[in-house]
Amino acid sequence: MSPPGTSRSWGDRAPWVRGLRLPTQPLVRHLLLALCGAGLLYAITSSLSPYNDFEVGEIALYVIALAGLSLLTGSNGQISLGHGAFMAVGAYSAALLMTHTHLNFLIELVAAIGAAGLLGLVIGIPATRLKGPYLAGLTLLLALALPPIADKWSSTFGGDQGLTTTTPSAPGTINPEEWLAWIQIIGALITLVLLANLLRSRFGRSFRAVRDDEIAASLAGIHVARTKVIAFVISAACAGLAGAFLGLSTGVVNTGEFPLTLSIQLLAAMVLGGTGTLMGMWWGAILLVYLPQWSTSLSGDFSLGSGASAYLATIIFGVVLIVVMIAAPTGIQGGLRWAWRRLWSLRPGTGDGMSKISRPA
Amino acid sequence: MRHSNHTSLARYGRVLVTGALGVTLGATLLAACSSSPKAAPAQGNVPGVTSTSINIGATVPLTGPAAPGYDEIAPAMDAVFGWVNAHGGVHGRKIHYTYLDDGYNPANTATLTRKLVLQDNVFADVGSLGTPTQTAVQGFLNSQKVPQLFIESGCNCWSDSRYPYSSGWQPPYTIEGKILGSYIKANFAGKKIGYLYQGDEFGNDFVKGLDMEIPSSSVVSRQNYDAATLAGPLSNQMAALKAAGAQVIAMATIPAATALAMLPAAAIGYLPQYVISNVGADTPTVGPLLASFTQKGGGSAAQAKAATGLLNGVITDAYFAPEANVSNPWVQVEKKLLQDYAPALYAKSGLDGNTQYGIALAYTFVEALRATGKNLTRPRLLAAIATAGKNFVTPGFVPLSYSSTVHFGFEGSQVIKLSSTAPPAVTPSGSWIGSTPVTPVEVTDVGSGPVTRYKGTTSSPPKSLVSTS
Repeated sequence: MSPPGTSRSWGDRAPWVRGLRLPTQPLVRHLLLALCGAGLLYAITSSLSPYNDFEVGEIALYVIALAGLSLLTGSNGQISLGHGAFMAVGAYSAALLMTHTHLNFLIELVAAIGAAGLLGLVIGIPATRLKGPYLAGLTLLLALALPPIADKWSSTFGGDQGLTTTTPSAPGTINPEEWLAWIQIIGALITLVLLANLLRSRFGRSFRAVRDDEIAASLAGIHVARTKVIAFVISAACAGLAGAFLGLSTGVVNTGEFPLTLSIQLLAAMVLGGTGTLMGMWWGAILLVYLPQWSTSLSGDFSLGSGASAYLATIIFGVVLIVVMIAAPTGIQGGLRWAWRRLWSLRPGTGDGMSKISRPA
Repeated sequence: MRHSNHTSLARYGRVLVTGALGVTLGATLLAACSSSPKAAPAQGNVPGVTSTSINIGATVPLTGPAAPGYDEIAPAMDAVFGWVNAHGGVHGRKIHYTYLDDGYNPANTATLTRKLVLQDNVFADVGSLGTPTQTAVQGFLNSQKVPQLFIESGCNCWSDSRYPYSSGWQPPYTIEGKILGSYIKANFAGKKIGYLYQGDEFGNDFVKGLDMEIPSSSVVSRQNYDAATLAGPLSNQMAALKAAGAQVIAMATIPAATALAMLPAAAIGYLPQYVISNVGADTPTVGPLLASFTQKGGGSAAQAKAATGLLNGVITDAYFAPEANVSNPWVQVEKKLLQDYAPALYAKSGLDGNTQYGIALAYTFVEALRATGKNLTRPRLLAAIATAGKNFVTPGFVPLSYSSTVHFGFEGSQVIKLSSTAPPAVTPSGSWIGSTPVTPVEVTDVGSGPVTRYKGTTSSPPKSLVSTS
């Protein structure tokens, strides 16, 4: 989000457009946006069938994980191929508490966030010394090594059957799918507001400074290692919450839900949505949830054999990734933003919007 | 702005492409959202049932590591439904079977099962595969009162009074372990026994059954492996078993693990008596694996052929007639069904443990529909299985055990010995090795009950199936 006044001045717009201008104070601005989003999503979920509500809930939970990843990679320049493992830690932590204690649901979620954040701290510290492929390797190892641990101690982690999760029962006559979707949507909106504020704060600026040039950042007085660790912890904590929510959607938590492909798909969806953006993560999450379904119906329409249809989802994911990277190197969100600005500047009478020098608002 | 130096054509092109992408995304999202359930004229208020059709669904692995072999089961089931539909359906209703690929990932199972139930309005979930995947939806299906029938897994967990809508079908692994353990105790007394098992529910349940029968003093070594990381020969495990002097090895292995255990053992001159669970001794699957692993390891064609000989003399168990028994009337019917109603599957896989399994399971469901009668509802289907399940005609050696409290299917099997001199191959892909029974059919339970001889009869295929398939 570019600060107001830099890309295009509000001053030369029609008065009614100026009236629509969002407040500049980040917290108020983000809360307003979240409220609008909540209204929109409420309208969507209440008009959809229970199954579609369930899918909206899944989209919301992936948004949480993707937003954390987007912060880590887009704003701080670190890569993670192991976010599926952080999701697993969050999911198992919440499920263990649900199985053995009768704590408040919110406390269970906080525990999931805390446990994943703690692992993020443990991984984040060595990660400060690693870059690029080495960091990718370390996090990849995490995604590979964590699930077998749960299999090893099957009496604690439930083995193949896993641990059962419980969603607080829905109030009134709301159906359980819509209720679960709302828990997940609220989680996603809160996460997005917090992350958006964080990115507009001193922390966000330090993240970006470290990403752009570590030496320059440290000369400017930023503690580079600490900044990187903080980014890792926040990102892992987001994945932990998403994992706990995934456990709620699935009804149980077991290792089969967190294969290596999950971590890789998260990364690809984040790039597709627009690395570094938060709103773009909705696009990435929609693709994560719907691409497999499109490919199934597509292979049905063309009556492909099970051998070909099996890998169609992966192929389509790859093709979409390539097309988006060619058409919009900043991902879907970046492309849409750019297209919107182009269309705006192509209005008759404005000439090329870029030639205008912005005036302070 | 970034693209200020581009030609205007390129700019418009980019706007178009990005815009088109956005529109496509939006449109598909709308399409995906708006495809809400459009129920056909229903019979009363029963989801998925009309006077002329029944919609049922399942989630199975068609891709991913669990797919090879298991991806044959649902298409084989569909062959049975094709045969039923070609002959007028059951009580005038044709069966429409939708099976979706969950890749053996429980998160996918959760989503797809909701799609089947909430969106496609299936009457029942029939023949879904896997322990981790089906536990994920057991709570959901039961809360929706949707029958979760004949789950393709030998977990002890399907007969649970908290989940009245769930039922297993194949013998629980503990029962297999008890029957093979009792054979080991009776026939290899005084010998040193070793275990090799998959380190998950499957292996643990099987070992539980073995331990109920085999005295712990005669077990000299217990080795396991991790299915998720099974990539190379199980050399360490086999060396440890050899060092412990195990003369008999009881194995709860999947087909690939069976081959990856036998080959390194043979390479160090270790040829114990193998006693293998039903799933790990499916000869049409394990035979070719032994050959291909040998060739991948640099062996000649002759050595590969010789490697398949390792299966000769292996002890395992069966709960329906294995495919190599060409004279068995069930095997003949199964082969004909596949040839006529799933020719592509028959050409690819032939009759093997998996396709036979699918046919037998689907036929069990057809029997359940027949027993329910014209007035089909979910509670009436479950009641019919509980009261009439014992009388269903199936290829199983023993009748189904279903009652209002028992939700396991077959609780018995027969110990057999694989033999290269037994009846020859019947399938295109080639089961080259046959088998001979070494015990009578035996029954037991998952608890501490004894292993006893089954005294009843085994059903033959009904005339309709023999004459018209």
